[in-house]
Amino acid sequence: MAQAPDTPLAPGALEHELEQADSRSRWLLSLPAIVIITLFATAPLLVMVLYSFLTPGDYGNVIWKFSTEGWTNVLMQRDIFDDTLIWADAHLSIFWRSVKLSLITTLLTLIFGLPTAWFVATRPKGQRELWLFLVTVPFWTNLLVRTIAIQELIRAEGVINNVLIFLHIIDEPIQMMFTDFAIGFGMTYVYLPLMVLPVYAAVEKLDFRLVEAAHDLYASRWTAFRRIILPMIKPGIIAGSILVFIPCLGAYVTPRVLGGGKNLMFGNLIELQFGAGRNWPLGAALSFTLMAIVMVALVYYVRLTSREEKTDV
Amino acid sequence: MQHQSQPMPDPDSDDTNVAVRVDRISKIFQGNEDEVRALDEVSVSIRRNEFFTLLGPSGCGKTTLLRVIAGFEPPTMGALYLGGRDISRLPPNQRPVNTVFQNYALFPHMSVANNIAFGLEMLGKSKGEIQTTVYDMLKLVQMEHLKARRTSEISGGQQQRVALARALAPQPEVLLLDEPLSALDLKLRRDMQIELKRLQHETGITFIFVTHDQEEALTMSDRIAVMSAGKILQVGTPREIYERPAERFVANFIGESNFLDAALSGGAVRLKAGGPAFAATPPKGVADGEVSILVRPEHGRVRMGAATEGELPATISNVVYSGEATTVHLRLATGETFKAKMSNTPAEDGGSMVQGAEAALSIAPGAVTVLKD
Repeated sequence: MAQAPDTPLAPGALEHELEQADSRSRWLLSLPAIVIITLFATAPLLVMVLYSFLTPGDYGNVIWKFSTEGWTNVLMQRDIFDDTLIWADAHLSIFWRSVKLSLITTLLTLIFGLPTAWFVATRPKGQRELWLFLVTVPFWTNLLVRTIAIQELIRAEGVINNVLIFLHIIDEPIQMMFTDFAIGFGMTYVYLPLMVLPVYAAVEKLDFRLVEAAHDLYASRWTAFRRIILPMIKPGIIAGSILVFIPCLGAYVTPRVLGGGKNLMFGNLIELQFGAGRNWPLGAALSFTLMAIVMVALVYYVRLTSREEKTDV
Repeated sequence: MQHQSQPMPDPDSDDTNVAVRVDRISKIFQGNEDEVRALDEVSVSIRRNEFFTLLGPSGCGKTTLLRVIAGFEPPTMGALYLGGRDISRLPPNQRPVNTVFQNYALFPHMSVANNIAFGLEMLGKSKGEIQTTVYDMLKLVQMEHLKARRTSEISGGQQQRVALARALAPQPEVLLLDEPLSALDLKLRRDMQIELKRLQHETGITFIFVTHDQEEALTMSDRIAVMSAGKILQVGTPREIYERPAERFVANFIGESNFLDAALSGGAVRLKAGGPAFAATPPKGVADGEVSILVRPEHGRVRMGAATEGELPATISNVVYSGEATTVHLRLATGETFKAKMSNTPAEDGGSMVQGAEAALSIAPGAVTVLKD
């Protein structure tokens, strides 16, 4: 802007200058956000993309040599004799196990979470905060500690078995530790608040006069729930399901402590590559595979569930 | 109108004529420390095909009574009969009664047509029947062109029509309306008042209408029940309620009123402020002696100059012009005030009144109502 301040500006030039200043200050103002997003979200992801195309080092880490081995190893293995690629479904079966367990966990948190959220949302206004606080109390304790507490409950000499034996309901302890049940139980407990909170927010916003209107129009309690309440709180249920399902899929502390070594979940598989497996590129590739599948599934799920009731009259 | 010489049986004692009978219903809400008696032994019979209005200030219990009839609030005491059948314990979805809610309570995730179809679907009607009825209802409320819209995409007046159509579609025995016009602006409200009367006439359904607007009640109702503090004070036609209110509260709540002290003896009322004796039929339970009487402003006539025989002496304290009428504020000999409303026609010419001048007030014969209190 070499223009002297007292020379008359061409029409539109002032506006142009102001616009430029405006966009400059806008950039400046959003800079901290951009720095944070780059530093904490984009950069680590880019590092992982990079790693997935490098060669594993002998003691972990990576060697700076391009390789697609990390990606081919997601679904295939090199034959140890002639180095040909052969199909290997070990990772795939672990993935399906994870999906299955995560889905079951999501369903369980919904079954327990919905009535809980309903209960809290229908308390008098002053009491809701207390109930909400109680729901979030487990968050104040370390995840590992909580998982070990669950172990204490379900192990062979644990509280549940001891009580059942004491009451002569069973003679021998039930094997609960190191089963899928243990993992599902633990993850349901850990992720329950993540379902309760968004569902609570939806129920709390629910206009109960609509429920009255449904009853008035001859809907039974169950029908009113199915036709009116459920569609109205669906956004909360979708949010809760996403919040539970995704971390479940990548969980590794709970499956490790409660599922033992042989009941691997996908999170453990990834962790293994960065730990004992010393195959960082494979770990990075597995991470991205998981991320891609989750994203596609999410988009599909949200599209599917947000479809509106169609007019058929 | 009934002939008074010919004693007729009370129409409310015959159940075939009665759509809803409320029998000594009380509703007590339990608070943290106190209890609120929202309804206090209310009894009323609402006739078939009647436009019946529950009128009263907020908190008088009118909405609670409506909710008891709908089934949303179980009565603490008393019984509720629908066509002679005791329905006090039936849940709302088993009562052939539908409600138009104050905020309409339309289902936001459904189209206009699906809202109207909801009640019919719940009743298990066939698809063909539902389509026919929904179409008829859309036509009845003139909403055919918006049937596929979502309820959030239409105006308040249109939502009102959809709410009406939705409640009328299952052809209930009784339609309950909870201040349905209160959210509309004045002009739309006037239109909807006429519309509601038309719908009631066309469908032949008993309407029970809740409002706090006395004008609305007077223009629309066949009969009105005036409520206060959980009780029904008076039930009657709009004319009865306006011209022969039983109590000071009713008189005060509906229209403008002048209350004057008077003495009652043998069917004749003599005002303390002077003037002639008026013939009046006191309500039951009012004995001879000191009474309060009511005169509506439009029944007073003011003339400039000194009072003669049959007139009350007064001083004009204020003259308020309001277009079609002039209200003359008078101070009577007893110090009581009186508002006389005179039309601004050449014959009556309220405009000629002068503030501070001496005047004479005459009250139309038959315009004096003795009050209970």
